[in-house]
Amino acid sequence: MTEYSWPDPASRPLLGKRIERVDGPSKSSGRAKYTYDYNPQGLLAGKILRCPYAHAKITSIDTSAAEKMPGVKAVEVIQKAGTEIFWAGDEVVGVAAVDEGTAEDALRAIKVEYEVLPHFVSDAEPPRSVATDTGPLSAEDLQDMQENQVPDEEVIARIEKSGISFKPEEKDYASMKGMGTDASVIAALRKAKYVPAEAKPKSPYKKTAVQTQGTPDKAFSAAATTSEGVYGIPCIVHCCLETHGSVIEWPGEKEVVVHVSTQNVSGIAAQLAEPLAVPAGNINVLQQNVGGGFGSKFSVDRWDVNTANLSKKAAGKPVKNLLDRKAEFEVAGMRPSAYARVKIAADQDGKLVAWESRSWGTGGVGGGGTPPLPYIFEIPNQRKQNTAISTNQGSARAWRAPNHPQAAVITMGAIDDLAAKMKMDPLDLVLRNLDIAGPRAQTYKEEFAIADELMGWKKSWHQRGDQTPGNIKRGLGLSMHTWGGRGHYSNCDFTIHPDGSVEIKMGTQDLGTGARTIITIVAADTLGISMENVKLLYGNNRYPQSGGSGGSTTSGGVTASTRRGAVNARNALFAQVAPALKAQPGELEAVEGQVRVKGDAGRSLSWKEACAKIGAVPLTVRGQNPNKDEPPDLTNSGVGGVQMADVSVDIETGIVRVNKMVAVQDCGLVVNLKTAESQVYGALIMGISYALYEEKILDPVTGRVLNPNLEFYRLAGLSDIGELKVHMMTGKGYDERGVIGLAEPPVVSPGASISNAVANALGVRVPFLPLTPDRVLAALEQGGGNG
Amino acid sequence: MKDDDARKPETTSGVSRRDFMKISAVTSALPLVLGPKVVHAAGEDIPVQGPGKVRVALNVNGKKMSAELEPRVTLLDALRGPFDLTGAKRVCDRGTCGACTVLLDDKPVYACSVLAIDVQGARITTIEALAEANKLSSVMQAFVEHDAQQCGFCTPGLVVATTHFLRQHPTPTADDIRHGLNGNYCRCGTYNGVRAVALMQAGGRQS
Repeated sequence: MTEYSWPDPASRPLLGKRIERVDGPSKSSGRAKYTYDYNPQGLLAGKILRCPYAHAKITSIDTSAAEKMPGVKAVEVIQKAGTEIFWAGDEVVGVAAVDEGTAEDALRAIKVEYEVLPHFVSDAEPPRSVATDTGPLSAEDLQDMQENQVPDEEVIARIEKSGISFKPEEKDYASMKGMGTDASVIAALRKAKYVPAEAKPKSPYKKTAVQTQGTPDKAFSAAATTSEGVYGIPCIVHCCLETHGSVIEWPGEKEVVVHVSTQNVSGIAAQLAEPLAVPAGNINVLQQNVGGGFGSKFSVDRWDVNTANLSKKAAGKPVKNLLDRKAEFEVAGMRPSAYARVKIAADQDGKLVAWESRSWGTGGVGGGGTPPLPYIFEIPNQRKQNTAISTNQGSARAWRAPNHPQAAVITMGAIDDLAAKMKMDPLDLVLRNLDIAGPRAQTYKEEFAIADELMGWKKSWHQRGDQTPGNIKRGLGLSMHTWGGRGHYSNCDFTIHPDGSVEIKMGTQDLGTGARTIITIVAADTLGISMENVKLLYGNNRYPQSGGSGGSTTSGGVTASTRRGAVNARNALFAQVAPALKAQPGELEAVEGQVRVKGDAGRSLSWKEACAKIGAVPLTVRGQNPNKDEPPDLTNSGVGGVQMADVSVDIETGIVRVNKMVAVQDCGLVVNLKTAESQVYGALIMGISYALYEEKILDPVTGRVLNPNLEFYRLAGLSDIGELKVHMMTGKGYDERGVIGLAEPPVVSPGASISNAVANALGVRVPFLPLTPDRVLAALEQGGGNG
Repeated sequence: MKDDDARKPETTSGVSRRDFMKISAVTSALPLVLGPKVVHAAGEDIPVQGPGKVRVALNVNGKKMSAELEPRVTLLDALRGPFDLTGAKRVCDRGTCGACTVLLDDKPVYACSVLAIDVQGARITTIEALAEANKLSSVMQAFVEHDAQQCGFCTPGLVVATTHFLRQHPTPTADDIRHGLNGNYCRCGTYNGVRAVALMQAGGRQS
């Protein structure tokens, strides 16, 4: 059986070392080309007229004046008169013209009339009464409540108050009884008022059923200490520096070439085929570099379809439309907000015994995400309910580690407040509860020991409230996180040429994570050659398919398929070379630029000489992940990471400064230590940014984004980051698990650890991020949002 | 600006707002012609460009480049469009993020906030001219060594800004770096590497 396993530590010339990214020189010299930079001959500029209202119906559209303007080449109505629009900035009409100025002038000449409808953009805490005002219970609601062990008295109260929207028959009652439904619930259903479902009042609030586990009430009353608080984090925007969009042309009637800013090169054609009525095989998707994605660039967007349609109308000429910054803020994705009222309790030893949370948040019209609460800790007794709020704003998209940063802010904030109430060091409290911290408990333990050392936690931690005189208060906070990160489906064609050069074709992309570099490392490491010998061709959907780059799935996927391809190619080469070395293929090894007989250095060929034995036709094999027929699994799932923050807060101005952050992170087998560390440094910086500055602000009156630009939507700058320390877990216990992705996990904890550090400095909790001066001063004035 | 000047914006600009409105009214009635038009307003002859395309000649990276551009076209859009110099990026498009940084007579400017027509005669240097004949400059090389780049979209702007900063501050302190390189946003979070570049290039004074 072929041995694909990752090599043992002694046989890794490149794997796990600190290696410069292969695309570094092209990026630092400005030569790297992005979709936004593609300027083909005859290029037209695409622009889109957007709806100024957060909720409206289009009553009429008149494009006649625009169509007649000199330089305008195509006009397409994207959403017709009569269409209801649900967020400001939604697409109405697209125009292609000879240049951007002309296209903008044309947009101004288009007349659109709207019937303005009432909008709702608030993600403030849902009114309490909503719980019982959501209309009749459906059969599904009831089943949901039963599955989630909602107490019978609560179910009966809902039935009596709201009625039911279905008509159970005798056989249904019998079946319920058989499933263990209490007789009192069945009796309530028999007496229930029937309310047709369509009579449900329209509400922006959608509640999930109460989820109960264990006996929370009993646990809270028996607990030694109970802490209550409110925590949360608003909607934030991906802010990819390269906005969403594409350059699309039709070289033939049924041939489409798409340059697109995407995280999903292999997946775009299938999404475009139907709207363009062109076979997916006729659509060539290309992208060399992408200026950020962070989860927001997996799909073909409506504006891309418009760009393609405009190009078709304009005789197939290329049309470029990369969104302007304002549209990017309004329509190209955001991270859902999440807030929660939390009650948490521990026994006298600091063991967590009970959790209760009522959470809410919005992710646009579709509602919000449900953060996994409580995060990491499997607290034995829990009661929780989440309300998703539907708001009139552009929909949420996956944002690096969906739902985890929110869950960490809420859970780690509550744990930190509980520790403070118990006068306990939160590090002790967390360590004492690692037995309920899931499968990565041992990892957390090892990581906290290192983080403690790097931060000097035990030396400088103080009880909540810095007692030092003066305006500047200093504090420490911590958080922890987990993520899956199993490698995705990935294929490559792996070729060894007779001249010794190696070529890999893979339909993947590099978001700046260093994917290109790790593919090249694995190939060169496996073949014992230098990375310069390896040419990677990627960013083209005509190459073997690889998954979209999301959820930290790329590193595991592309390294596994590359390893398998490289091993297959190496073995095929050995078969051709063995006779010349008078050996069996299985006796050969490829190391240090040679193919030689193991243990007999005298019998060797240089890599080039060996490859010359291939003959005239290059040797091409396939590498594939996953491949269950040929174990082992080269990737894995589940990592742990911990972070600590040291902050200073000026209690006169409310300004928070990060002095230092420490991140200790696991990602299984590290392929390139340099780019892995960069990924974690970047996550810390992005985390500092959302902890202190970022918030998408909607105007309740107009329903529009008030800060759709980089002046008023503030990002962290170089002066904001403080000292950063990153430590990657490597060696025994980590390497043998295989390659696991790293993009999501380190961005989970900064918000929570910084928020906890601020609470430690001030002596009071600032409930909601970002920790802006106004919020800090308000919390101080009120003696803390959480009393 | 001194107080004296502040009270007399009309003298400094040469055209008052009211005159400008008059001029605008006149020019909008003009046919689309090339070259400046002279309009008599407020007792003066005022050259007016546009609103149609005019020839704009620029000195970019030591070469004469020209194109027919509307006067409203920014230097950034001129560079990225007709001149196909795409190293400078369009990100915020309103003078906040620094991704479009170029040197204008050796001083860094945000090219999105300068009109192309206004910088005729100035020496414009873009990222493309900072690498000599396919060889990385020492700053670019340092960006690679310290991995001060991820997606790379902000990187050209940061390289131009860092190059100029190090010319002005050959031995910067950490504080100089914090202030001097704070005008460029990065979303992937490469500042740690950028900071290392600036410190190491300078021989590494740590405070």
